[in-house]
Amino acid sequence: MRDLRHPGWISFMTSPITTGHAGADSAARPTLLSIRSVAKTFGRNAVLRNVSLEIAEGEFLTILGESGSGKTTLLRIIAGFETATSGEVWMGAERLDSQPPYRRRVNTVFQNYALFPHLTVEENVGYGLRVAKRPAAEITARVAEALDKVKMTAHARKKPSKISGGQQQRVALARALVNQPQLLLLDEPLSALDANLRRQMQVELKSLQREVGIAFVFVTHDQEEAMVMSDRIALLRSGELEQVASPREIYSRPATAYVAQFIGHTNLLKAEVTAGVARCGFLSWPVTRPDGVALFSLRPEHVRLAGKGSSSGDVRVRGRVIHQAFQGATELIRVDCGGGLILVARTASGNPQNDVELEFAPSDAIAVLESPERI
Amino acid sequence: MFSRAYKTVVTVPPLAWVAVFLLVPYLLMFCYSFWSVSSLQTIVHSWNFDNYRDLLEKPVYWQTLLRSMWIAARVTLFSLVLGYPLAYFLSFYAGRRKDLLYQMVIIPLWVSYLVRAYAWKTILGSDGVLNTLLQYAHLTNHPLDFLLYSPFAVVLTLTHIYTPFTFLPVYAALEHIPRNLVEASHDLGATPTQTFWKVIFPLSIPGVLAGATFAFVLSLGDFLAPLLLGGPSGIMISNIVVSLFGAAYNWPLGAAISLCMLVLVVSLLFVSERLEKKWSFS
Repeated sequence: MRDLRHPGWISFMTSPITTGHAGADSAARPTLLSIRSVAKTFGRNAVLRNVSLEIAEGEFLTILGESGSGKTTLLRIIAGFETATSGEVWMGAERLDSQPPYRRRVNTVFQNYALFPHLTVEENVGYGLRVAKRPAAEITARVAEALDKVKMTAHARKKPSKISGGQQQRVALARALVNQPQLLLLDEPLSALDANLRRQMQVELKSLQREVGIAFVFVTHDQEEAMVMSDRIALLRSGELEQVASPREIYSRPATAYVAQFIGHTNLLKAEVTAGVARCGFLSWPVTRPDGVALFSLRPEHVRLAGKGSSSGDVRVRGRVIHQAFQGATELIRVDCGGGLILVARTASGNPQNDVELEFAPSDAIAVLESPERI
Repeated sequence: MFSRAYKTVVTVPPLAWVAVFLLVPYLLMFCYSFWSVSSLQTIVHSWNFDNYRDLLEKPVYWQTLLRSMWIAARVTLFSLVLGYPLAYFLSFYAGRRKDLLYQMVIIPLWVSYLVRAYAWKTILGSDGVLNTLLQYAHLTNHPLDFLLYSPFAVVLTLTHIYTPFTFLPVYAALEHIPRNLVEASHDLGATPTQTFWKVIFPLSIPGVLAGATFAFVLSLGDFLAPLLLGGPSGIMISNIVVSLFGAAYNWPLGAAISLCMLVLVVSLLFVSERLEKKWSFS
């Protein structure tokens, strides 16, 4: 079994082979930012350990993780607000981590926007151009263009305290983008918005990113948000990268048990493999793995009620429904299959039966690595 | 929520206190300022504007007032020049030593005003610490007499005494500036100097105004520092008021000066508060 803490595993995850799955175009893009073995400790507390990650030009990369996983610290190291304890950050041929934040061609959208309260919306947006001493005419034109892009022209003369949270968000975005950075960092910029506005902004932000073609590094704890917006997701757990892959890849081929559970629902099956057959409770299915204990992730939507579109190789099991969670178009049912095995299946709504027969294709049970404890 | 009786019991004593010890004395002072003193040194309760006319016509009064304002203005400027950088350093760069340094600024306030004023007397006197030191170092061969009993001594002492009063509101204002604004400024390409002048200083203006008002108003009304260290050339307007209520026995004129000072100070406070509101964005 591969050791997750082994650096070779990390480099495998961030190697071009993995990026290749993200889509045909992103594989061809040159690398913009390269994070090399970055670690950060606060006192005795290791917040990041040996993180290596490459960000391609024009890419939308999401750093996903629970609170305390170190995702914001990683972002702050890229922006220059924190200094890495060890490791390097490179942008092209230029070493970034030895430069102060104001010399980096990187801009940030802060979690609570950090708009200057004493400046109007247009003064906020023009701030970066003014400190760079651009000609007045150019500043006016570029600020107007940026405000237009985020549909805030009507509020140009207002102070930040006089506009709504969603509007402040757009201003923060315009203030960063107007400087035409090579890389835009976004620190949970949508977390303060209510659910509806949030979904709307996810779509807007993604299309804006496509339009401007700037690489985005987006930090969030919300896995749905990460799935909707990203070209690639870097899943961070207790300061180490768990997996870096496209949303599809990370969902359908999770590398570890933690990834499988963090992204969507899953059934984690701990099985004993002997001579090409995995056994878990009353279940058994053919695998191509060496003998020993192995963990498998089986998504609820791959567990069907038997009889509908079944094929010859399917694994079948009978059980009793112990819980139903209605979710609109589908519902999640928990089925006690006996022998201590409980399977969660996603079925079409309106299933009144108590006793059911479930089936799944052996190829849908994905072998995953056990996630070791990290403190 | 609270009964009427309870509200009455709670509000009446402080209101009575303010009425008896603040409003009534002000009212008395107001009345006195329109009365006069007879040749027999008794106060005549006849209403007239003579005191106010005296204030306008006799140059000694308004010249002393102007000198007091000039001293207060210098004290304000110097205490800001000392207090602002101190507050800035403490708020942004002191790190773990912040609390200790803060206490070190506050501790002198526990020492009696008189002790601090006398301390300067022993430092600045003709055989005081400073002159002895200067002569010992052969920088001068006779004691410098402008050090003590001069407006210089008054400004120096008042600056020393009132710098904590400008430091405190400036420090509070700086502490209230969200640090992510500073980060945002750096992120947008502003150097530390640009960030200071474009973000930190504008956002600290309410504190600067509050501190300046404290220093100006408190030193304008001061009478101990000029009494102890000012000499004849360092006399301030409050010294005149003190003597008018004392040896000179001209309460009506003293009341008139006091009332003018009150109007001046209250309008200053009013203007300063308006300006502070204009510059606060919370």
